[in-house]
Amino acid sequence: MSALAGTRVVELASERIAWAGKLMGDMGADVILVEAPGGEASRGYAPFADDEEGGESLYFWHYNTSKRSVVLDLETTAARKAFLALVASADVLIESEAPGRLAALGLDYADLVAAKPDLIHVSVTPFGRETSRKDEPATDLTVIAGGGPAWSCGYDDHTIPPIRGGGNQGYQTASHYAVMSALTAIFHHGVTGEGQFVDLSMHAAANVTTEMASYFYLIEGQTVIRQTGRHAMPMMTMPVQIQCKDGRHATTGMPPRTPAGFGALYDWLVEAGLAERLPEAIFLEMARHRESIGFADIGVDDEVTAAFAAARDALQLLAENSTAEDFFEGAQKIDLTVGAILSPEEAYENPHFVARGYQVEVDHPERAEPVRYPGAPYKLPASPWRIARRAPALGEHDEEVFGPLGVDPATLADVR
Amino acid sequence: MTQHDPPPTRSGHVAPNGTALGTVRICDFTGQLAGAGATKWLAAFGAEVIRIEDPVNQGMWDVLRNMPPFVDDRRGPDFGGGYNNHNVEKRGITLNLRTERGKEILTEIIAKSDVVSENYAAGVLAKWGFGWDRLREIREDLIYVSNCGFGHEGPYAAYKTWGPIVQAMSGLTFTSGMPGREPAGWGYSYMDHTGGMYMALAILFALIHKQRTGEGQWVDLSCTDAGLSLNGPAILDWTVNGRPSRREGSPNGNRSDSPPMAPHGIYACAGEDDWVSIACRGDADWAVLTDVIGEPWAKEERWRTLAGRLAAEDELDEKITAWTRTRDKFDVQRSVIGEGVPSAAVQKPAERIEQDPGTSEFALWPEVEHAKMGRVRVDGLPAHFSKTDWKIERGGPCVGQHTDEVLSSLLGYDADEIARLHEEGIV
Repeated sequence: MSALAGTRVVELASERIAWAGKLMGDMGADVILVEAPGGEASRGYAPFADDEEGGESLYFWHYNTSKRSVVLDLETTAARKAFLALVASADVLIESEAPGRLAALGLDYADLVAAKPDLIHVSVTPFGRETSRKDEPATDLTVIAGGGPAWSCGYDDHTIPPIRGGGNQGYQTASHYAVMSALTAIFHHGVTGEGQFVDLSMHAAANVTTEMASYFYLIEGQTVIRQTGRHAMPMMTMPVQIQCKDGRHATTGMPPRTPAGFGALYDWLVEAGLAERLPEAIFLEMARHRESIGFADIGVDDEVTAAFAAARDALQLLAENSTAEDFFEGAQKIDLTVGAILSPEEAYENPHFVARGYQVEVDHPERAEPVRYPGAPYKLPASPWRIARRAPALGEHDEEVFGPLGVDPATLADVR
Repeated sequence: MTQHDPPPTRSGHVAPNGTALGTVRICDFTGQLAGAGATKWLAAFGAEVIRIEDPVNQGMWDVLRNMPPFVDDRRGPDFGGGYNNHNVEKRGITLNLRTERGKEILTEIIAKSDVVSENYAAGVLAKWGFGWDRLREIREDLIYVSNCGFGHEGPYAAYKTWGPIVQAMSGLTFTSGMPGREPAGWGYSYMDHTGGMYMALAILFALIHKQRTGEGQWVDLSCTDAGLSLNGPAILDWTVNGRPSRREGSPNGNRSDSPPMAPHGIYACAGEDDWVSIACRGDADWAVLTDVIGEPWAKEERWRTLAGRLAAEDELDEKITAWTRTRDKFDVQRSVIGEGVPSAAVQKPAERIEQDPGTSEFALWPEVEHAKMGRVRVDGLPAHFSKTDWKIERGGPCVGQHTDEVLSSLLGYDADEIARLHEEGIV
């Protein structure tokens, strides 16, 4: 039985929280997506299935699996009544409406608890419900820029702007915290029977998801500086990205840390037939026979200094003569923490992910073939992750959702 | 530069009467951020998190224990600033698992715990004799969550990772960058933060399942699986349309395809390494922005529609930059936001931590009391609960700080027994 089987979540459709709804739906929650007439805007976002501009949005498909869709125009009285009935049947409401909008409609937490006293209401807004910035408009880009992540991301060349990573990660980070909040409140409800209101700020979510940038400032008053492909730090560090034979990149991380590690690197060079192209490789072999080797002796002990330099050159040479995957596997086999910089589709087709069953097929009755989707982010064998159904068509579940709630079909027709 | 008034204290959310997770006990082997971040959330909501660490190496498996930043000149496993940040509200004990007695004590703790959590490389806990079969034997309804880079199954299960490797292998490094350049990637361990979130989610899902059914389980969490999930639309573009992300013009820097917006970017401003982001959501935003810019070029017909702006996006970005370059980033933010168009200065840490009511009024930087470091500010949590809000007051535990307390209060050991365990090097 899925962890959230029997839990009903009402999601007031918004691209900001679509990921949160999916995370709960794929874990068994009955997620009812409430869309305004015309549908949620992201139904019109690229990319489109079969490249039909304005057709079925793959963006919407991805973010709305395992949900059912109903349409309500909350500006109408009948729809507000239907919404109250829906909330009364639910455990959780998640929404990202502008602060004040639900109150104006008579549908904010204070109103909803009359219909559902133990409701868990998760509000996700750019700056929280109560701060003085609460009414400022925001998008994923501005959340990432103002909230801290962008300052740390980009290139060594600081004439290039800071970079927002792809994939609306500002929304996704807020959604992760939204689900953590919902689950924490659901657990509490399971103990006490009590619901509550959660005020989540996307800006705050970005701010506490910047690792060292925040705590270097909080503790030492230091400002980190962005650097290509590696951690922003108070000072510039050595480059870590290497271009491989196939033009793709790898990230190298740490050099060997033990004498045996240096020896293994030497052996890899020999095996690859590259040892004679790096005269300094002899220092790797010498390091193999030392009692110990560490960063502390760089610049102090000439042999250690030379060994670390040779390790760097050796990795560079090996990368230049391997594909990104071969370089990654060769390095990992000798215990070097290296990564191949894969594109999403390369990772998706990679044998490791395939072997873990990461590719899952979802039935689309309207199509001849099922569609392959990203799989489980976690594996809970007793309460499995599963895409229950493809994303809903607009209002696909009006009758089956509202029927049992005793909402009069005649009024239902008006609110759609 | 914007100067704001001193932050008011957030009212009504700071002092919860009850806690959400006060009934949960976690036997916690996590460290660094990918693991410790998960149990930080749970501890802040009241779970009793007991960190189990090795007395022989002074808990230094978690290297953050002795890594910068530091509050002063003192160094050692009790002084790492990152460690403190990620381990607030937890308790810490030491236990030598090389000894039989140490294993017995661990067994007693596990028997009294709801969750065992760890983010070692795959198989480490099993090597110590605490694999899933043994754990389940100790407590049938136990929840065990293991978190590693590639999971416990699959060809890469034995390989090691840290945040940047996870990001590289799951498509996230690749999708962050300017077209035609090497990847920019993430300037921090985005997937240590996010891996920790998925670990917290996994624990919470499993706790809810257990609450409803009485059943425990082993959750095999692979950070790269979680990371790859964050590229959904790109993956469907591949599986449905056969279009790879690795193509000319991709990734596209700070631009937006879903939905298309222009201008949409981060633009240079007057100060030292100062930048401002602007996102025009449509033609109405653009019309407003042209009033703010107030220069004749902006009113030209060619820019009026999204199609026109997208057709010459490079040129448009140059013109926007020419306008922003001579201006203070907060002035741009204020004037653009003032008209209802999304814009935000790229804030440096000091700006968002000290001068931003968006964080201070949210009470986002609580100060904790650390046994040796004293008062230290840390990252708070980004959600406030009306009835069971989080509490972050205690600093991360020093090595073995709560050993005696846990042995006596949880396991009922007397002072003599505890003294003997210390003498024998078991704790």
